[in-house]
Amino acid sequence: MIRHPEQLAPSLASGSAAAGRLMSTDVIVAILLLAASISPLAAQVTTAPTLGPAPTLVLPAVERAVLPNGITLLVSRNAEVPIVEGRLIIDGGARLQGVAPGLASLAAGALMEGAGGRTGVQLAEEIDLLGARIGAGASWENFTVSVRAPKRTIDPALSLMADVALRPNFASADVKRLRDLRLVGFLTARDRPGSVASKVFYRNVFPAGHPFHGEIVGDSASVATFDSAAVRRLWSSAIDPHRATFIVTGDVTLAEARAWVTKHFGNWIAPVHPPTKPAIATIAAPPHPSTRVVLVDKPGAAQSVIWIGAPGASRTSPDYPAIELMNTILGGSFSSRLNDFLREQLGYTYGANSRFEWSPVPGAFIASAQVRTNVTDSSLAVFFREFKRIQTEPITATELERGKAYIVLGALDNYETAGQVAGAISSSVMFGRPLAAISREYAKIELLTTAEVQRAADDYFDPARMTVVVVGDLAKIRAGIEKLNLGPVEVQTY
Amino acid sequence: MTRPSTLDHYGVSTLIRSPWRLAGALLALGGLSRLPAQVVHVPVTVDTLPNGLRVLIHEDQSSPIVTVNTWFDVGSANEIPGRTGLAHLFEHLMFMGSQHAPYPQFDRLLEAAGANNNASTANDRTDYFEAGPVHALPLMLWLDADRMGWFLPVMDAKKVDAQRDIVKNERRESVENQPYGLVEDYEPGMLFPPGHPYSWPVIGSMADLSAASLEDVRDFFRHYYAPDNAVIAVVGAVRRDSVLKLISTYFGAIPRGPGVTHPTPSQPRLAADTMVTLEDRVQVPQLTYDFESVRAWAPDDEALKVASYILTGAKNSRLTQRLVYVDQSASQVSAFANDEHLAGYFEILTRARPGHGLPELQAAIDAELQRLAKDGPTEREMQQARNSMESRILGGMETIQGKANRLNQYYIETGNPDGFQKDIDRLRAVTATDVQRVVRQYLLGPRAIISVVPIGKAATPGVAAQRRVVP
Repeated sequence: MIRHPEQLAPSLASGSAAAGRLMSTDVIVAILLLAASISPLAAQVTTAPTLGPAPTLVLPAVERAVLPNGITLLVSRNAEVPIVEGRLIIDGGARLQGVAPGLASLAAGALMEGAGGRTGVQLAEEIDLLGARIGAGASWENFTVSVRAPKRTIDPALSLMADVALRPNFASADVKRLRDLRLVGFLTARDRPGSVASKVFYRNVFPAGHPFHGEIVGDSASVATFDSAAVRRLWSSAIDPHRATFIVTGDVTLAEARAWVTKHFGNWIAPVHPPTKPAIATIAAPPHPSTRVVLVDKPGAAQSVIWIGAPGASRTSPDYPAIELMNTILGGSFSSRLNDFLREQLGYTYGANSRFEWSPVPGAFIASAQVRTNVTDSSLAVFFREFKRIQTEPITATELERGKAYIVLGALDNYETAGQVAGAISSSVMFGRPLAAISREYAKIELLTTAEVQRAADDYFDPARMTVVVVGDLAKIRAGIEKLNLGPVEVQTY
Repeated sequence: MTRPSTLDHYGVSTLIRSPWRLAGALLALGGLSRLPAQVVHVPVTVDTLPNGLRVLIHEDQSSPIVTVNTWFDVGSANEIPGRTGLAHLFEHLMFMGSQHAPYPQFDRLLEAAGANNNASTANDRTDYFEAGPVHALPLMLWLDADRMGWFLPVMDAKKVDAQRDIVKNERRESVENQPYGLVEDYEPGMLFPPGHPYSWPVIGSMADLSAASLEDVRDFFRHYYAPDNAVIAVVGAVRRDSVLKLISTYFGAIPRGPGVTHPTPSQPRLAADTMVTLEDRVQVPQLTYDFESVRAWAPDDEALKVASYILTGAKNSRLTQRLVYVDQSASQVSAFANDEHLAGYFEILTRARPGHGLPELQAAIDAELQRLAKDGPTEREMQQARNSMESRILGGMETIQGKANRLNQYYIETGNPDGFQKDIDRLRAVTATDVQRVVRQYLLGPRAIISVVPIGKAATPGVAAQRRVVP
């Protein structure tokens, strides 16, 4: 049992970013001075200590090289632990799947089901014998094949990774088994009210044809039609060293990384006729003309799952720092207004939060909570009261400063491990923002004013144009929700 | 329920240092595919304040961050029947303010310093942590000290009621409104006899949560939340001397507790299979097998962990390969060697693919366990398990939070906080014969079997229908 669900501090560099370097001599001195100033024999200390100067956030340095076959190499060294992380990022991802939702994700999964003539089972055995991990996945932006290994086995691990990325088997039986397991996954997702709320939310907030309308894993109607030929076609249209970035972090130098990547990926030849790479679909996703409520029945449910939101903002928006700070105060930290009211003051939920999903095209703004059935309507009222309040009332100076510290100083432990740094660099590649630019965004956060935060609330969400999804026991909650007059109410099935 | 409360006051004097002596023996290793040996070592000091508070410090200057991780030697095992869930409810109350840091200062002050925090409760311990920029260390320690020393003056029934509601919501989220969540309610009672400290779930029952009173909370605090029942690990860009000064200043005046007597039940053994079939709002059936095993660090503990890897740790593991790849009767299967402080149990959990039933899965699992017991694992399987599991132990050393947690765990379980190498050594020492033996000894006998089936399907032929429970 944990005290509260993780309230993730926003990380500017990624969804789960990565390593400030040490500067801490002055910090140590400050602590020593502070300690010395208090008598060690004090009976009790009745006031909170005054803290010394905060450490400075310094994002990890990244070195860059381009290999002869076109691969861009990005290396960040941190030799504290003898572990090396690698990420092969291939631009394209689910944009390449056209009208076959879930195909890119299935192809990425199928990479791990056999490569270089080994079956998936043999591959897993060899990876574990090296004490390594290899994984593959797809996003709307790109494909990622990742490796993590102790430095002493990174060379053979990279050899296996090259087989996975460049020489997958895509055997028919393997693709079929993986496909069928995904179909089981769609079936069992119906049992989880949170999954149902998520699926219904996206399909209502983003129009058909928009990448975020469905899930990256697709849906059962689409996925049921896939076979190894489809997967193979997609992968051969994706794989091109000119679209590839290879990130290596951890106990590694640029020279070592260059030698390893050249050895295992240097023979990867660019196709003579590079396949076209469509830009991510930019179907307009305007917010709904008015707030509306979508209900999904879950008879007997002990709680109602609430998702409220609308299309949000692009990660490339110049207002990104202000939006993140605004959201931290609204629902992005334990002390945020949504969690404070809905959990701490009212006891309606185990945790309430809000977030902006960041991507090069505007993702969703989402506020959510699971609440006790008999306070579903009251909880919705609190959500909307807080949406309105953050737009109409200035935030307090205390909230402003707390939010800034929580984001900027909180980022210090986002860059601790090789994996975190690799993740941060990977996001920076996806967003076209080098870590230096991300440092400037942190600096910008420290300068934001109350008015700028309020303007972000005004500009980037509109309580009058929200989509509200509630999954719960409709016999008990429907009447109360209708009385709120949030907007038209409809019942959907999933 | 009342507990003795002797609040003798102990003054602060000097710190007693008991540095841990490290013995790192380099193992001579052979075998082509064995990972090259390396000895891992996390330099850590152990100090004890006169009031009994134990302090573990590990300096890691690689990032300007720090974490304070406090383990109280109390968990749901210390509860009494009728008050299940109290340890965890109490954990929530530790954030409701103390005399000099009234609610909601704890979270507000930490966030304003860029730090985060959380806590967790298990069978045998309750863990609290803060993490963030290193300049926030004095604040983290002061807040922790104030709630360890000056919690009672500001605790009231209103706060208990508020967190009681939140904990009930947490229970709804993880049990009542979670598919298959009911298993958590039944598993402890099937594995452990009535009265055994593990025979109820950590989250507790709704009825017991409703029954917990302000006086229960106060008694719980007086009994268990004393400096001599806690260990604080500080890990990060710090210097030991300054950390000890801060801790002495903030915690030194807190008196010792009355002393805690922990339950010491023996490891129970099931005499025969016990079975329950639960109906739930689910699409596919799920099967849980639970065997009695051994407590943490018992001689067979590590061999059982290796067995769990050989059964389901990778795609080529026995049960995964059989159920997911060959028979294709299951969408997933996983095995866990749960080793708690007082007892252990070995769990196998699988979910059927549509069109396949639990009897088929059960027969396949039984056959694979028999095969492993008969022939034992191959040397290659053993090497794979060792290398993969060793890599996982090393992964726990990458972050200050990972290290702080492990230092506390190793210290409380074994008396030596730098237990990383010992953990690796005992892993490397497990042989194929050991694995074969523990499979025979623990995984072929009586078990608790929990089936979860879609509503209306409890009468499926072959599925034991001892009890039919609908949430």
